[in-house]
Amino acid sequence: MRDVHYAIGGRQIFAGLDLTVRRGRITAIMGPSGGGKTTLLKLITGQIIADRGSVQVFGQEIATLGRRALYALRQRLGLLFQNGALLTDMDVFDNVAFPVREHSDLPETLIRKLVLTKLQAVGLRGAARLAPGELSGGMARRIALARAIVMDPEVLMYDEPFVGLDPISLGVILRLIKQMNTALGITSIVVSHDVQELATIADESYLLLDGRIAASGTPEQLRTSRSPAVHQFMTGGAEGPVAFNYPAPDYATQLLAESDE
Amino acid sequence: MNNGARNNYLLEGLRRLGSVALFLLQLLAQSLPAFARPDLLLKQIYNAGARSLIIIMLSGLFVGMVLGLQGYDLLQRFGSEEALGTAAALGLLRELAPVITALLFAGRAGTALTSEIGLMRATDQLTAMEIMAVDPLRYVAAPRFLGGLIAMPLLTAIFSVIGLYGAQLVGVQLMGVDKGVFWSQTQGSVGLHDISEGMVKSVVFGVACSLIAVHEGYHSEPTAEGVGLATTRTVVASSVMILLLDYVLTAAFL
Repeated sequence: MRDVHYAIGGRQIFAGLDLTVRRGRITAIMGPSGGGKTTLLKLITGQIIADRGSVQVFGQEIATLGRRALYALRQRLGLLFQNGALLTDMDVFDNVAFPVREHSDLPETLIRKLVLTKLQAVGLRGAARLAPGELSGGMARRIALARAIVMDPEVLMYDEPFVGLDPISLGVILRLIKQMNTALGITSIVVSHDVQELATIADESYLLLDGRIAASGTPEQLRTSRSPAVHQFMTGGAEGPVAFNYPAPDYATQLLAESDE
Repeated sequence: MNNGARNNYLLEGLRRLGSVALFLLQLLAQSLPAFARPDLLLKQIYNAGARSLIIIMLSGLFVGMVLGLQGYDLLQRFGSEEALGTAAALGLLRELAPVITALLFAGRAGTALTSEIGLMRATDQLTAMEIMAVDPLRYVAAPRFLGGLIAMPLLTAIFSVIGLYGAQLVGVQLMGVDKGVFWSQTQGSVGLHDISEGMVKSVVFGVACSLIAVHEGYHSEPTAEGVGLATTRTVVASSVMILLLDYVLTAAFL
C-alpha cells in the first residue's frame, strides 16, 4: 500500500498510509478502535477502493481489476470475520464445505475428508452437524477459521480474532495462527488491538494512528519506542497524545448546566 | 413544499427507479447460471411457493365464497342467477386471483425474502460470500428472484381453482343454483384469452414483487432498523405497484 487516502462520510480514515506485508510472515496491524483497521482489510480485499494511492496484492493493482480478476484474486485470500459471518441457512459442515463446493468439482467423499480435517484442526469436528445459531461466539469464529483455511489460501487475514474469547480458545487460536504460518507458509495479517497476544506471534507490527502508520517494527521495538503516542498505546495509558475521550464540552460546565441545549 | 425539496424528492425517486432497473438487469444476467443450480432454485420455489400455499388456498376459498354470495344476491335481482358461474370464473381468473395472490405474496413471501437477505447483509454473510469469491447476486439474489417469479403463476392458478370451488360451494350447495348450469355456463364463457390475461398478470406481478423484495433486502441498511424499514418498503411498494400494473394490464387487454 502506497500513499493510500480514504475518506467516508467526510471523515478521513487514511491520509497517506504506507504499508508492506512480506510473504510468509505474520504481520500485526494494531491501533485503537475506530482507527480504520477493518477498513484496511476491506481495501486489501477490494471491497472498497482507495480515493488516492495504490493498493497492490500479489503485485496486482486492486483498483484496476475487473470483477472476474478480483474474484480470482480473492480465491487466494482468506478472511476471518470478527463475528464469524457463517451462513445461517446451512449447518457447520456445509459452511466449511461451501467454498470447496463452489470452486471445485471434488467428489463429496473427498470434500467430507477435507472438511473433517479442518474442523479437527479447530477442535470442532464434533460440532459438524450443529446449526450456526447453536454455536457460541468463540465456536463460530473457530468454524469461520476452518472455512477460511479450507481452500488453503496464500494470505489469511484475521479481523480482531481475539475479542471475547475465553483463555483456552484464545490460546488455540494463537497457536493455530502460528502453526498455519510455520507449517503451511501462509502469510498472515492480524488486525487487532490486543497488544499482548499479538506480541507473542507477530514477526512484524504496524501501529495505525490518525490514518497513517505511526510506528513499525518487531513487537519488542514498538514496546521500547520513545514516541509518546506509541508508548501510550503499548502501555494502555488513558492520558497522552491519543485521545481516549470523544470530543465533548467541558465536563464541569456540562454537569452544572440545566440541559444540553 | 419548496422547489428544492420537490427536486430532491424527484431525484431520490429517479435514483431508486434507476437502481431497481439496474438491479433487474444484473439479476437477468445471473438468471441463466441460476438455472444451472436447480437445487438452489427448487429450494426458493418451495420457500416462496409451497410455504404460501395455506394462506393462498384459504384466502381463495373465502374470496370465492364471498363472490358466490354477492354474485348470487346481485344476479337474482335480474333473475339471472344461472350466470353466477360466468361471473365468478371471469372475476377470479382475470382480476381477483392474480391481484389478491400478488398482494398476499408480497405480505408473506416478499417480506420473508427482504428480511432474510437484509439480515444476511447485516450479519456480513453476503460480504463473506464476496470474499470467498462467490457472487451473492448469483447465489442469493437470482435464485430467490426466479423462485418468486415461478411460484406466483402457480399460486394464482391454485387461487383460481379454489376460489371457483368456493363460489360453487355457496352458489350451488347453499343457494340452490343448478349445478349443471353453473358449470356449463362457466365452461362456455371462459376462453383461453381470459386465462391468459390472468396468467400474464401473475407473471408481471411475480417479476415486480420478487424484484422489489430482493432489491430492498439486498440494499437495506445493515441494522435492525434498516431491515425493518426495508421490509415495510417491500409491502408498500409491492402493493402500490401491483394495483398500478393491474390497471395498465387490464386496459391493455380490453
